[in-house]
Amino acid sequence: MIPKMLSFFHFLPQDGEGDFFFPAQASNLAKFNDWLFYYILIVSAVFFFAIMLSAGYFSWKYHKSRCPEPQPSPSHSNTIEFVWSVIPTIFLAYMFWQGFVGFMNRQNPPADAYQVHAQGQKWSWIFQYPDGTESNVLHLPLNRPIEVSLGSNDVLHSLFIPAFRTKMDAVPGRLTSLWFTPTMIGEFEIFCAEYCGTEHSSMITTCKVETQAEFDAWLEEAGDFISKLPPVEAGKRVFAMKGCAACHTVDGAVGIGPTFKGSFGTERKLTDGSKVTMDYDYVYESLMDPQAKLREGFPPVMPTFQGQMDDEKIRVLVEYLKTL
Amino acid sequence: MSSEQNVNYLNCSKGFSSWFWTLDHKRLGLMYLWSTIAAMFLGGIFALTMRVELFAPGAQIVSADQFNQLFTLHGAIMVFLVIIPSVPAALGNFVLPMMLGAKDVAFPKLNRFSYHLWLLGAIFFVSSMLATGLDTGWTFYAPYSTVHSPAYTAVVLAVFGAFILGFSSIFTGLNFVATVHKMRPPGMTWFRLPLFIWAIYATGLIQILATPVIGITMLLIAVERILEIGIFNPALGGDPVLFQHMFWFYSHPAVYIMILPAMGVMSELFSTFARKKIFGYSFIAMSSVAIAVVSFIVWGHHMFVSGQSPLVSIVFSAMTFFVAIPTAIKIFSWVATLYKGSINMATPMIYAMGFLWLFGIGGLTGLWLTTLETDIHLHDTYFVVAHFHFVMVGSALMGFLGGIHYWWPKMFGRMYPERKGQVAAVGLIVGFNVTFLPQFVAGTQGMPRRYFDYAERFEIYNQISTFGAFLMGLSLLTILIYLIRSIKRGKLAPANPWGGATLEWHTAPIPDPHNFDNAPQVGDPYDMEIFKWDETEKGYVPVNPVPGLPYIAQPKADSGDSH
Repeated sequence: MIPKMLSFFHFLPQDGEGDFFFPAQASNLAKFNDWLFYYILIVSAVFFFAIMLSAGYFSWKYHKSRCPEPQPSPSHSNTIEFVWSVIPTIFLAYMFWQGFVGFMNRQNPPADAYQVHAQGQKWSWIFQYPDGTESNVLHLPLNRPIEVSLGSNDVLHSLFIPAFRTKMDAVPGRLTSLWFTPTMIGEFEIFCAEYCGTEHSSMITTCKVETQAEFDAWLEEAGDFISKLPPVEAGKRVFAMKGCAACHTVDGAVGIGPTFKGSFGTERKLTDGSKVTMDYDYVYESLMDPQAKLREGFPPVMPTFQGQMDDEKIRVLVEYLKTL
Repeated sequence: MSSEQNVNYLNCSKGFSSWFWTLDHKRLGLMYLWSTIAAMFLGGIFALTMRVELFAPGAQIVSADQFNQLFTLHGAIMVFLVIIPSVPAALGNFVLPMMLGAKDVAFPKLNRFSYHLWLLGAIFFVSSMLATGLDTGWTFYAPYSTVHSPAYTAVVLAVFGAFILGFSSIFTGLNFVATVHKMRPPGMTWFRLPLFIWAIYATGLIQILATPVIGITMLLIAVERILEIGIFNPALGGDPVLFQHMFWFYSHPAVYIMILPAMGVMSELFSTFARKKIFGYSFIAMSSVAIAVVSFIVWGHHMFVSGQSPLVSIVFSAMTFFVAIPTAIKIFSWVATLYKGSINMATPMIYAMGFLWLFGIGGLTGLWLTTLETDIHLHDTYFVVAHFHFVMVGSALMGFLGGIHYWWPKMFGRMYPERKGQVAAVGLIVGFNVTFLPQFVAGTQGMPRRYFDYAERFEIYNQISTFGAFLMGLSLLTILIYLIRSIKRGKLAPANPWGGATLEWHTAPIPDPHNFDNAPQVGDPYDMEIFKWDETEKGYVPVNPVPGLPYIAQPKADSGDSH
């Protein structure tokens, strides 16, 4: 009933679009979250304006120009003090209760939830599907409960999807999780919400919600793209999927790491003064043991891809690097 | 008694060492005051640089790494060097013994040591952060801070700086608690203590009990780094979430080290400038103690999405709601104090009204963050940034500036220009709202905090914010300039310009080195009728002065006994 009363205000969320405070409601969690937000907003606004208007009114009415002397008034009243302690308590108790109800719902994914794993690392996400397919864009089917388990390879990250009203930290050494049901077709921003270093604010990707049929088609294609696509195209896909672009540009611009434009097959200078040719072996070694041979002038921040990249992927990736 | 005025605490001795090695709580208070103000401007410059950077998406004037260092420096300086010492150490030192009717604090040498420790800690802290480019955020979250940051070797130094500062804070708290217990003059019963003293007392308890934990945390980081025993680093078998628990076990009570003293200042301001006894004295006093106790069991509300157990989150959410009740009681009591008073809207009172507005918004927006459901979306967004700035600036800065303007005549015996004071106070409060109100919306729309670069759709909020920040900066600069000028050029202040009834207003216009020659007679601290306005003095004078002591009013026989 209260949400219905609230919809009287036209600035409140309409289906499929955002409002003054929130982006579009794109998951099953959003409606309740926004309702509770507006409930607290109204309670707070009533208390806030009651306090400020009384303070303002008293300051005007009893200003010393009108009241040169204070008038007798009680300095203490058990009744008043009891009443203004108890009334806020009732509103607060209701807030806590509703918050608890919503929170418990978030803790208990339906048994048939579709499982996706999100692995964070500086500064990209890799999403792993039950069939082993990996992607750096979170593709999801519409109207199906999704449970995302979260892990991290290095520091704390936090998977935050504003349109779904949910977030959870990815903690190295722990497995955390969240669940939701996407309820709207479209593309939604995924931010990293826990500070993770230099490129924290570019650790952004997309959640793409599609119909079940579109999702299935994507999954089948994505799971087998190396054999289906030409090697260069497949390599480009690996490059995007593994988040290489967070640090390495392909257009010659300076990033956190060296650019790959025109670099394959050339000699590179290392921090110890020696030189190495950027060939298949050097790329392979840098992926497995990034700190072994460090390029001069760049910070040693590359994460290892040991266990994440098989020979197939590295082969096509190198084919792609050759073309740059 | 003009002869008394020839010797006061400012002119009784001269030269650098007479200040640097002083044992006088008033001089120590002033040194804290100037140090804190200097740190505030340093932190403010970092804030303005950030706001210029954030004026538009993409890089403007600094790189991503420099931006990360800027918000680290801004946060760490403002928290550890400005907000924590501002009201308790600066104003508390200056006012508390006088207000209590004592000649000094219980342990003057320890008090001096606290200041020297603070100075040492501050220099160590700031220089280690600047030299190493610390970029961990003021929260130092592991394992980024201990393993991955380019400045990871510096985190031990920075936390060691915070540890030294922490000891300064512990000693100050200890000193004040001992002073309140042991130095009360005859007649100063617990329920005749001014509410500022109640607040400082409650703060002292938190300082003593919570601050050691930051020392323990530092020790554990050092143990992990040197002995390679896994505590926080998952690669060694440690747990990063444990670091968050340790950090917030100190840092959440620390939030109340920042807020409670400012609330104490507010109780004094509302009563004095309404010329009326404070409403609900014992409820306000007990709510300070209640807040101090509850502050120890709410730290987990910073960690609802950290991976801590849901059961623990639920308990912390419930506990946090309990803080709201004593806070609400205080605010209602202050507003009730205005009722049927005679209100003087002087500069300190504008800060008191600013406190109601800003802290009102800050406190109420806390409700979204302690409600489990709504915190999930808002956690680590600009909503949180706006919330804690409303709380910190709304309480600590309003309390600090309100207190400075209130006690300024007592500090230097001069008045600041009233009109400029009022305009700058309004400018500051308006500028603050322009800066931080849009950030609530940026947060609900999903903009995460600590972002160097942001999506196009957040640009409007950031631009408004930057304009507001410069209005704030301008107002603060104005305040600093007119205050400094007034020390030499201001009008001479009367002993009691506002009509406050607490004992510090019973001292000479500039207090004697020992505050009181004889233990003052103590009555009800909020009995405003013992002073009346005197047109020739341009200030308040005792209705019934003690013979031979022109500033000291005799308490009314029946006052203060109703408790």
